[in-house]
Amino acid sequence: MEILAFGDTGWGDELFYATLMTIAVSITAMFIGFLFALIFTPLKLSKNKFLNFIANSYTTIIRGVPELLVIYLFFFGGTGALMFVASIFGYNEYIEINAFITGAFAIGIISGAYSTEVFRGAIQSIDKGQFEAANVLGLNKFRKFIKIILPQTLRLAIPNLSNVWQITLKDTSLISVTGLVEIMRQSYIAAGSTRDPLFFYSFAAVLYLLLTFVSMKFINRLEARYSKGY
Amino acid sequence: MDLELMINSFPKLLSAAAITLKLLSVSLIIGLFIGLFFAILRINKNIFISKFAYGYSYVFRGTPLLVQIFIIYFGLGQIEYLRSTVLWVILKEPYWCAIIAFALNTGAYTSEILRSAFQTIKPGIIEAGKSLGISNKVIFFKVQIPMAIRQSLPAYGNEIILMMKGTSLASTVTIMDLTGVAKYIISTTFKPIEVFIVAGGIYLFMTFIIHNVIKFLEKKYIY
Repeated sequence: MEILAFGDTGWGDELFYATLMTIAVSITAMFIGFLFALIFTPLKLSKNKFLNFIANSYTTIIRGVPELLVIYLFFFGGTGALMFVASIFGYNEYIEINAFITGAFAIGIISGAYSTEVFRGAIQSIDKGQFEAANVLGLNKFRKFIKIILPQTLRLAIPNLSNVWQITLKDTSLISVTGLVEIMRQSYIAAGSTRDPLFFYSFAAVLYLLLTFVSMKFINRLEARYSKGY
Repeated sequence: MDLELMINSFPKLLSAAAITLKLLSVSLIIGLFIGLFFAILRINKNIFISKFAYGYSYVFRGTPLLVQIFIIYFGLGQIEYLRSTVLWVILKEPYWCAIIAFALNTGAYTSEILRSAFQTIKPGIIEAGKSLGISNKVIFFKVQIPMAIRQSLPAYGNEIILMMKGTSLASTVTIMDLTGVAKYIISTTFKPIEVFIVAGGIYLFMTFIIHNVIKFLEKKYIY
C-alpha cells in the first residue's frame, strides 16, 4: 500500500486529485451538454425543415464519429479557430486554450448530442392532452413549459440521462490524450515512473467503477424523487 | 479550406478504414460468442454463476474502454510468467491486444442485450415446446436463440456502431487505423478541420451502411 501513500512517497494524493479532476470535467461537460441540448432540442421539435436539418446534422455527426476524432479536432483546431476569431478583432498574439476547457467542451458537445436525443424522446412521449390542458387553462408559453412540460420531461428523461452521464464519465478518459491530468493521465504518469502499469491501470479501473457505482446510487434516489405521485 | 490536402489524404484514410473494419469485424465475431456465453450464464438458476456473469458485464461496462486496452497492452506484459507462455505471441502484438479488449468489451454489452432478449421470450412459448415433447436442447437452439436474435437486433445494431467508434482507441496503442492515420495527418499538416471532414465522412458513411443493413435485417426477420 506504500505506493498509494499520500505525500512524496506515494501516488495516493496525486490519484485523489486526478479523481476530483475527472469528476469536475465530467460535471462541466454534462452541463455544457445540457446547454447544447437546450438549443438543439427545440430545433429538433420545430416544424421548420431547415432547423430540423441543423439539429439532425448535429446529432447524427456527433453520434456517428468517434469521440477521439472529435477530441483531436478540438485539441488541434481549437487554438487555431480561437486565434482566427481573435484576429478579426485585431488580436494577433498566440492564444493557448486551457486543456480543461478544450476537454470539457469536446466531451460536452458529444454529451449534448446524446442529451438532445433523450430530451426529444421525453418531450415527444408526453401525452398531447397535457399540452392542450395547459392551453385551456390559459397558461402562457413560459409557464406552460416550466410548470407542466419540464417536470414531466425530467421524470421521463432521468433514466436515459443516467446513461448519458455514464457515457460522459467514461469519455473523459479520452481527454488524457490532450494532457489534462485526470485519472487516466495520472495513471499513465505513475505507470511510467514506477514501471508498474498493471497495478496503476487496474487501480484506475477501480476508481472508474467506484465513480459509476456511486453516481448510480445517487441517480436512483433522484429517479425515486421525480417519480413521486406516479 | 485546403481541398488539395483533402483529396490527397482521402486514399490514405480509406485504406486505414479497411483496418478499422477489420478490427471491428474480428472483435464483433469474438464478442458475439463471449456475449452469448455470458448471457446463458446470466439466465442460469445457480446464483453464483449468474452473479459471476453479472460481475463481468458490470466491470466491463463500468470502466472506460481505454483503461481496458491499457491494462491488456501495457499491464499484462508485466507479468513474467505470461511472457514465457505461448500467449505472449498474441499479447506482444498491439493489434491482438486491441482485439482482445474490444471483444471483451463488446461481449459485456452483447451479453446484456441477449439476456434481456432471452427474458422477454414469453414462458408460454417454451412451455408449448415442452408440451409438444421437444427436448430442452432443441427448444433452446431452435426457439429461444432465433427469437432472442430477432429481439436484440435493434439494440445490437447500436452496439455495432458504438463498437465501430470504439475501434478508434486502437490508435492509442500504435495501430494506424482510421483515427490513427487522421491524427498523424493532422499533426503533420496542422489542418484539423479538413482531415476531420474527410475522416469523419468515412466514419459517417460506415455508420450509415451499418444502420441500413440492420434496418433491412429487422424488416426481413419481422414476426
